Amino acid sequence: MPLLSADLACRDAVELATDYLEGALSWRQRRSYERHLRSCPNCSAHLEQIRAMIAALGKVEPETLPPAAQADLMDVFRRYRHEHEGRGDPEPPDG
Amino acid sequence: MDDLELIARLRRGDEQAFAGLVAAHHAAMIRVAQAFVPDRGVAEEVVQETWVGMLRGLDRFEGRSSLKTWLYAILINQARSIASRERRTVPFDHTDDARAEDPARFAPDGSWAQPPVPFTEEVEERLATAPMLAHLTAALDQLPPGQRIVVTLRDVEQLTSDEVCGMLEITPGNQRVLLHRGRAGLRRRIEALLEGGD
Repeated sequence: MPLLSADLACRDAVELATDYLEGALSWRQRRSYERHLRSCPNCSAHLEQIRAMIAALGKVEPETLPPAAQADLMDVFRRYRHEHEGRGDPEPPDG
Repeated sequence: MDDLELIARLRRGDEQAFAGLVAAHHAAMIRVAQAFVPDRGVAEEVVQETWVGMLRGLDRFEGRSSLKTWLYAILINQARSIASRERRTVPFDHTDDARAEDPARFAPDGSWAQPPVPFTEEVEERLATAPMLAHLTAALDQLPPGQRIVVTLRDVEQLTSDEVCGMLEITPGNQRVLLHRGRAGLRRRIEALLEGGD
């Protein structure tokens, strides 16, 4: 982690964005970073963009599975169900 | 539906419940597996084994963690054991002092020389649209493996820092470095896309 001085340089400030969002900065570091943000529109924009990126990643829709892969997995599930039922079922399992 | 109800439905053999779980997590699981193993085919094998492992363990699941966390813990174990069979390891340790942002974008005094390209409100709205999310996932797939795994688990699958550190056996500090570099890399990709006029 970069050393923090009273005047935090933008180059060091941008490296603190995730630590800041994760609540991992010390009280002094947080104060220094927030003070920097108030006076620096570019680093504020940088933090907002990181936040926007996180929000967008949370909206990534699950991709649709190819039908063949979906069918394979449903076979896995049916086999499981068969084995599972087989344990408590008086009927002998197939094969 | 909460986890315990979902588990009960899976134990009863409810196919819809299983299909829903697969639809929700399979793609992200492939993304994580692919960061551990050499190719897509092996990653698919890892994920399939994970589903089998989950189904076999259903009777033992007590709900002490979320179903999703449990599923990923199985996945990471499977991926690790197959990766070691193939003599591959994912580097999670970042003791170097490399930076997430390109030093060339800063002036000698440390201030921005090439400041971030502004994201207007319109851009922020566009970020949530399908084409931009497709760019974002494509960019995610190009991150170095450790960053890809951590960003997928934290920001896409929304697991907690403690859960991710536990399953990957990494320190919180290490996890934050990977997360920050990954997020910064994605930010730059989207910024480049905006500059390119897309």
